[in-house]
Amino acid sequence: TGEAEAARAAMGGSASLLPRELLREYQELTFLSKQEILLAYKRFSELLPKEERENACSARVPKSQILTLPELRANPFQHQICRVFSTSHNGDHSMSFEDFLDMLSVFSDSATSDVKSHYAFRIFDFDDDGTLDRKDLEKLVNCLTGQGEESRLSNAEMEQLIQNILEESDIDKDGTINLSEFQHVVSRSPDFARYGVLQ
Amino acid sequence: SFSREAQLFVEKFEGALGKGKGKKFYAYKVMMTKKWMKFQRDFENFKTACIPWEMKIKEIESHFGSSVASYFIFLRWMYGINMILFGLTFGLVMVPEALMGKPYGSLPRKTVPRAEEASAMNFATLWDFSGFAQYSVLFYGYYNNQRTIGWLKFRMPLSYFLVGVGTIGYSFMIVIRTMARNANEEGGGDDTSFNFSWKMFTSWDYLIGNPETADNKFASITTSFKEAIVEEQESRKEENIHLTRFLRVLANFLALCTLAGSGYLIFFVVRRSQKFALEGLENYGWWERNEVNMVMSLLGMFCPTLFDVISSLENYHPRIALRWQLGRIFALFLGNLYTFIIALMDEINLKASYLLPFIIFNMHLEEEKIVKYNMTIWEASLYNGTIPENSTAPPIQVDPADVPRGPCWETMVGQEFVRLTVSDTMTTYITILIGDFLRAVFVRFFNYCWCWDLEYGFPSYSEFDISGNVLGLIFNQGMIWMGSFYAPCLPAINVFRLHTSMYLQCWAVMCCNVPQERVFKASRSNNFYMAMLLFILFLSTLPAVYTIVSIPPSFDCGPFSGKTRMFEVISETLEHDFPSWFGKVFGYASNPGLILPFILLMVLSIYYLNATSKSYKEANLELKKKLQSVRNSKLL
Repeated sequence: TGEAEAARAAMGGSASLLPRELLREYQELTFLSKQEILLAYKRFSELLPKEERENACSARVPKSQILTLPELRANPFQHQICRVFSTSHNGDHSMSFEDFLDMLSVFSDSATSDVKSHYAFRIFDFDDDGTLDRKDLEKLVNCLTGQGEESRLSNAEMEQLIQNILEESDIDKDGTINLSEFQHVVSRSPDFARYGVLQ
Repeated sequence: SFSREAQLFVEKFEGALGKGKGKKFYAYKVMMTKKWMKFQRDFENFKTACIPWEMKIKEIESHFGSSVASYFIFLRWMYGINMILFGLTFGLVMVPEALMGKPYGSLPRKTVPRAEEASAMNFATLWDFSGFAQYSVLFYGYYNNQRTIGWLKFRMPLSYFLVGVGTIGYSFMIVIRTMARNANEEGGGDDTSFNFSWKMFTSWDYLIGNPETADNKFASITTSFKEAIVEEQESRKEENIHLTRFLRVLANFLALCTLAGSGYLIFFVVRRSQKFALEGLENYGWWERNEVNMVMSLLGMFCPTLFDVISSLENYHPRIALRWQLGRIFALFLGNLYTFIIALMDEINLKASYLLPFIIFNMHLEEEKIVKYNMTIWEASLYNGTIPENSTAPPIQVDPADVPRGPCWETMVGQEFVRLTVSDTMTTYITILIGDFLRAVFVRFFNYCWCWDLEYGFPSYSEFDISGNVLGLIFNQGMIWMGSFYAPCLPAINVFRLHTSMYLQCWAVMCCNVPQERVFKASRSNNFYMAMLLFILFLSTLPAVYTIVSIPPSFDCGPFSGKTRMFEVISETLEHDFPSWFGKVFGYASNPGLILPFILLMVLSIYYLNATSKSYKEANLELKKKLQSVRNSKLL
């Protein structure tokens, strides 16, 4: 019933409304449809304390609040995602509504594969140096295999895995994967476009 | 944000490009383009809002992963198709006859016979689709064979015929169109050149929002990594391939044994039941009377589980294992049906089951002759011998309920299909309520006072059975396609069934099921399901097409009564409603001398397209190899 509530909000039921010009602008600037933007607005304002809901468009939500969203809570890349999409200048990775919309837009079904792979690269780049080197790949594997002790890979297995990956994807054989190599690999995957919408 | 600055910049300098003579026209063009884009966006918004159940499906996807959700997306797609079929049958067949045709009680075929009148309104009769339900627009028998009805001169028989053919044609078209679209999106197909990288970068399902599912996903990713590493190492050794191959052959052999065993069991049971029938059913209890039904249902329940156990020998990727499972269950159902028919036929000493329609046809012809003879005798008896038979005396008014009726096999067939659909629906709902809901209630509340942990051991909560449900949906649709020519109400019943099914199953999944242990992503194309659907569609339309072309319609009921073949309605329409030259052209076009070369041309073009697509695939492979070698040569 999220859509019905979004429609009701659009009809002017609640005080915290999204102004029409902003809505139009967001539709042009992102890959989201009108219902999705309104739904995102509703979810975002729920993360704010009551006093700040009036001007949700300019408020910033701290990272700990963002991570309470169910889709992010279960996601192994939660911290990276917040870091990549946050535009805050003081390094606390808080997100404004526009950052939130950016994130949803990139993950939506209508975003192009270039945009998705660009952001995926930034999410996987843990040390933010523009390439995926061995350490990034190790951290990536550890994120994917979960927190439990039994589910982690042994050192030998990790070595083997990273060796295989570099063999497959590293075209210029410099020991790291840069953005174009990453896009080359990932655009050929049949599953890639199906990252899906965060509702 | 950055993109907003970019947009402001573009807006500021947009107009400047149009300086000079064409400025006004350019500005106008820009404005129209903007308006057009806005219109397209609004239309997209509208289309998205029209898609039903999107939130429900997304919620299921986040809890159970995309493979379970793919069943619900398939269900929704089927619902769309059935809505269109319903629109066609309801709007072009049922409504015109109800509004403009002769009302109930005016003709013998539209009236409940005197003998059945007493029980015609009972709930039991209506639930069985006899009584008033049978003599209504819901079934074939009610329709009159008048060429036009009402002041609109609506051609009823023509409309009935075209709607019947049109529903089949539309179904074929949409299934093949969906398959073609899926095939286009598949792109690279089973490319394994980036196996590890893909596992690394794309295995996480971002729709998962539930911690339990996420834990399952982590475990499955870890297993998948370990398996891939092990397989990579083992692929250099030769032995394990042989072991896997041997196990797979063994598994297939066991599956074949199961199929053969189930076929033999059915044969044995049918023979036994015929023996019982000969000796009189009163001597035997409930089990002997219902033995055949029970055995078939039990086989249908337990053999799929057996196949599941066998498939653990094979060690396939879960997606491929699902396909094998589906294929085996399909073979089981078809095999059982075929064995059942053969066992029946064997009694009558006929070895091939395709003779069944001939038998029905022969019996029906005999019956018709008898009835026609009876009717002439009855009419003669009305005049009580006072007036000779071949005179022009005024006809005596008889109440339509008293006129003796001819047999109406089309309505009987339609009724059978409707009853089958209804009982199938009931069975599914009761299975869900008992098998999933009651089991979950039992496990949840009796766990406190039970010796072992019910939630982790037996029976625990059930998983959502994707293959069983998909097959059920496909077979159900096959029934609808088969029966909708004889019972125009079938698409309506099916729309209602799918609608309630969606809500019931969504609730049951969220409330009673747990995510599967190996959470795997559904393949983006559902072409496997589509291929099965296409096959069932083809099988289901064969009977209807056969009856239209070869069997004379009943003389006493339906829109084609009085004709020798149902398709004659087309030639009749051409004669009466189109100018004469049209009929001539059609006559030339349906000449075998023209049709055979046309068929030959189509076969040749299919062969040509197949050959070109093969050569494109080979060219693709060559280019890939070249890329690889260029990449490797950079090392040297």
